Amino acid sequence: MSDNVTLTIDGQSVTVPAGVTIWGAARKLSINIPILCHHFDVKPYAGCRVCVVEVQGMRAMAAACACPVSEGMVVKTNTPKVREARRLVVELLLASHPQDCLTCDRSQNCELQALASDLGIKEVRFKNTKPQLPLDANNPSLVRDPNKCVLCGRCVRVCTEKQSASVYTFANRGYQSIVTPAFGRGLENAKCTFCGQCSVICPTGSIVVKDDTEKVMEAINDPDKVVVVQTAPAVRVALGELFGAQTGAIVTPKMVGALKLLGFDRVLDTNFTADLTIWEEATEFLERLTKNRDMPMITSCSPGWINFLEMYYPALVKHHSSCKSPQQMFGALAKTFYAQKEKLDPAKIVSVSIMPCTAKKFEAKRPEMRASGFQDVDYVLSTRELGKLIKSAGICLNDVQPQNYDPIMGIGSGAGTIFGNTGGVMEAALRFAYEAVTKETLSQLEFNAVRGLNGLKEAEVDLKGTKIKVAVAHGLANARKVMEAIKDGNPHKWNFIEVMACPGGCISGGGQPISHDMNYRTKRTEGLYADDRNLKYRKSQDNPEVKAIYAEFLGEPGGHKAHELLHSHSVHH
Amino acid sequence: MSHNAPSPCKCVDLAKLEPVFQQYRKKTGALIPVLQAAQDIYGYLPIEVMESIAENLNVPVSQVYGVVTFYAQFHLEPRGKHIIRSCQGTACHVRGASRILGALKENLNVEPGHTTADLQFTLETVACIGCCSLAPVIMVGENAHARLKPSGIAKILDGYRD
Repeated sequence: MSDNVTLTIDGQSVTVPAGVTIWGAARKLSINIPILCHHFDVKPYAGCRVCVVEVQGMRAMAAACACPVSEGMVVKTNTPKVREARRLVVELLLASHPQDCLTCDRSQNCELQALASDLGIKEVRFKNTKPQLPLDANNPSLVRDPNKCVLCGRCVRVCTEKQSASVYTFANRGYQSIVTPAFGRGLENAKCTFCGQCSVICPTGSIVVKDDTEKVMEAINDPDKVVVVQTAPAVRVALGELFGAQTGAIVTPKMVGALKLLGFDRVLDTNFTADLTIWEEATEFLERLTKNRDMPMITSCSPGWINFLEMYYPALVKHHSSCKSPQQMFGALAKTFYAQKEKLDPAKIVSVSIMPCTAKKFEAKRPEMRASGFQDVDYVLSTRELGKLIKSAGICLNDVQPQNYDPIMGIGSGAGTIFGNTGGVMEAALRFAYEAVTKETLSQLEFNAVRGLNGLKEAEVDLKGTKIKVAVAHGLANARKVMEAIKDGNPHKWNFIEVMACPGGCISGGGQPISHDMNYRTKRTEGLYADDRNLKYRKSQDNPEVKAIYAEFLGEPGGHKAHELLHSHSVHH
Repeated sequence: MSHNAPSPCKCVDLAKLEPVFQQYRKKTGALIPVLQAAQDIYGYLPIEVMESIAENLNVPVSQVYGVVTFYAQFHLEPRGKHIIRSCQGTACHVRGASRILGALKENLNVEPGHTTADLQFTLETVACIGCCSLAPVIMVGENAHARLKPSGIAKILDGYRD
C-alpha cells in the first residue's frame, strides 16, 4: 500500500502523505482554507464548520481540517455552495458575539474579525438572544469573557492535550453550551496554573492577559518613584513580531531604547539574574547530588510549572530547587543590593518586569516573594502588553535608537539568554557544573541533546568521572510524565530535570505575541541560540557583574545572604 | 462570579460511594454508570461527590462537570421528594396546560427545573406523557392526575405534602 495519496483540489493535482487532512493538502497548493476551531498546535475538532469544502461523491460538505485525504479525491474549496455555507456559519457566530471590536484587546488580531472581513460579511441578519455572562477576572493573570467565546474548544484542547490540566470543559448542551472551568468556577478556583496557553490559542478576545499597563504608566509618571524594569530572555526574540519583524528576530537594543523612551528610569536585564540562578542552582544541585538529598532535583524558574507541581503533585514538591525564578531574584535584589549601590530609597523603587509569561503575574504576588521587605516585583507586563504600551506612546520600534542596558544587573551571558528555550536552563547549568566539578575550561558549549522541541529529552553528561543523567520536559503534559516516573521510583535514574510549563519553553509563553507561523517555535528558539553565540560572555560563571555581586554583597553561592534573598522556603517543605 | 453552580452541601457522606468505586475503579468508560449510581445514592450530584468521582476514576473534574451538565438525567441540585411532570404536549396545550403550569408555579413558588425550598417538590415540564385523552395532565411521582383545572391544583399538591 502506497504511503502517498494523490488528489485534486480546485483542479490542481497534489500528492501528500496518507493521513494528511484536506486542509493540509490544500496548504501545499497555497490554498488557505479558512479555519476557526482548528489550530496547528492541537488535534482537529471540526466543530465550527468554517472550513467546509465540497468533495465529489460525498453527500454533505466535509470539514477540511479533520477529513483525511484519499486517493483520487476531488475537492472544491471555493464553490458558491461552500462560500454561502461559510458565510452563514460566521454570520451566526457574529450574531451572538459582542460588537465591541474597536475596544477589544484582540482588535486587528482577532481570527473571527479576520474571517468576517475575508468572507466579505456585510450584515448580520440574526438577533443575539444569548444571556450576558459575567467576566472571570478574579486572578492576577488572565481575563475570560465568556460572551466573546465562539465555542471553538481550542482552550479546552490545549489545556488538556498540551498541559494535562484540563481546566476547561464544554458544559451544557445545544444553544446553552459554554466553555467553562468545572462548576462554573473562576480560574482562581479551578486548579489553573495560569500558564496562559489558552490566551495564546484563543482566536478571539475571550481569553486575554490581564492588562497592567496603566498601573505601570502611573508609576512612571509619579516623580517620586524610580521605576526599574527588567526584561526576560524570551522577550527580546518575540517583541519585534508585534512591529513587523521576522519571526525569531532579536531586538534587544531597540527594546531597551523603547523602554527608555517610555520613561523607565533604569533598564536592566533578567539575564543577569538568570546567570545568578545558575550559580545558585548548580551549586544547590551539586550539593544535593553529593548528599543524595531530595533527588532528582527539578528546576524552578517556570511559575506555571511550580503552580502545577504544588496543585497536582503536592507530595513531590521537595524535588524542586529552592532557587527563586530569575524574575524574583531580580526583584529581591532591586530593592536591596541595587538600592544600596545606587543610593535609592527601596520604598520609592517600583520594580517592573517584562515577561513572556502570564504565570509571572501570579508569582510576583505570592506572599513569600517579599524578601526585600516590600513586594519584590511590583508589576509584571507580558510581551504583548509591552507591545501595546510602545504603540500607545507613538514609538515605532524599528526607528528607535538602539541602546544598551544600564550597568549593575544589566549584563547577561549567553547561558542566561537561552533560559528562554526549552533545555536552556539545563544547558546553562551544565556549562557551569562542568567547570565547577572538573576545574577545566569547557570547550564545547552546546549540549545538543537537550536542545530542540522533543517533548521529553534525556542526556547523560560525564563531568570527568561524575556521570549525571538529565531530563528536560516542556509542556505540562510532558511534565506530568516526568512526575509519574518519579512517583514510580525514578526508573530512568535522572539526577537533574528541567521543566518549563509552556511547550517550547518561554519563547512561546502565555504572554508572547500570537503567531500564525506554524514554525514560530523553531524560529524563536534559533533566534535565542544565535543571540547566545553573539554575546561577549556565554557562561554564567564568566559574567563580571555576577562575580562582583558575590564579592561585594552576597558572599558565597548558597550562603546565608543568598538563601535569604534568592531562595524560597515557604514552598520548600 | 460563578453561574449555574450548585450550592455546596457540607453534609455529604462520601463513604457511601466506596462500594461504587470498588466496582468500577480502573474500568474505562465507567464515568456515566458511576454518576448514575451516585445519583441513586444521594438523589442528586453534589460538588463533593463529583470531585470524589473525578479523583477516584482519575478523570479531570472539568470532564465530570461537562458530562453531568450535558445529560438531562443528571441533577446538580437536590431533588424534591415528589417529582411533578407537567405535560406540554399538543393535546394538553390546547386544553390549557399553560394555565395548569402557571398554577403549579404559583402554588410551589418555583420555576420549572427547580425544587421547592422545603425539598417537597421538583417541578418539571415534559413534551408528552402519552395519555392525551386525559388532557390536561400532570404526573406527581408515578400518579397521573387528569382533566385538570387550575383551581384543583392546590388540593392535589396538599395531598402529597408531609
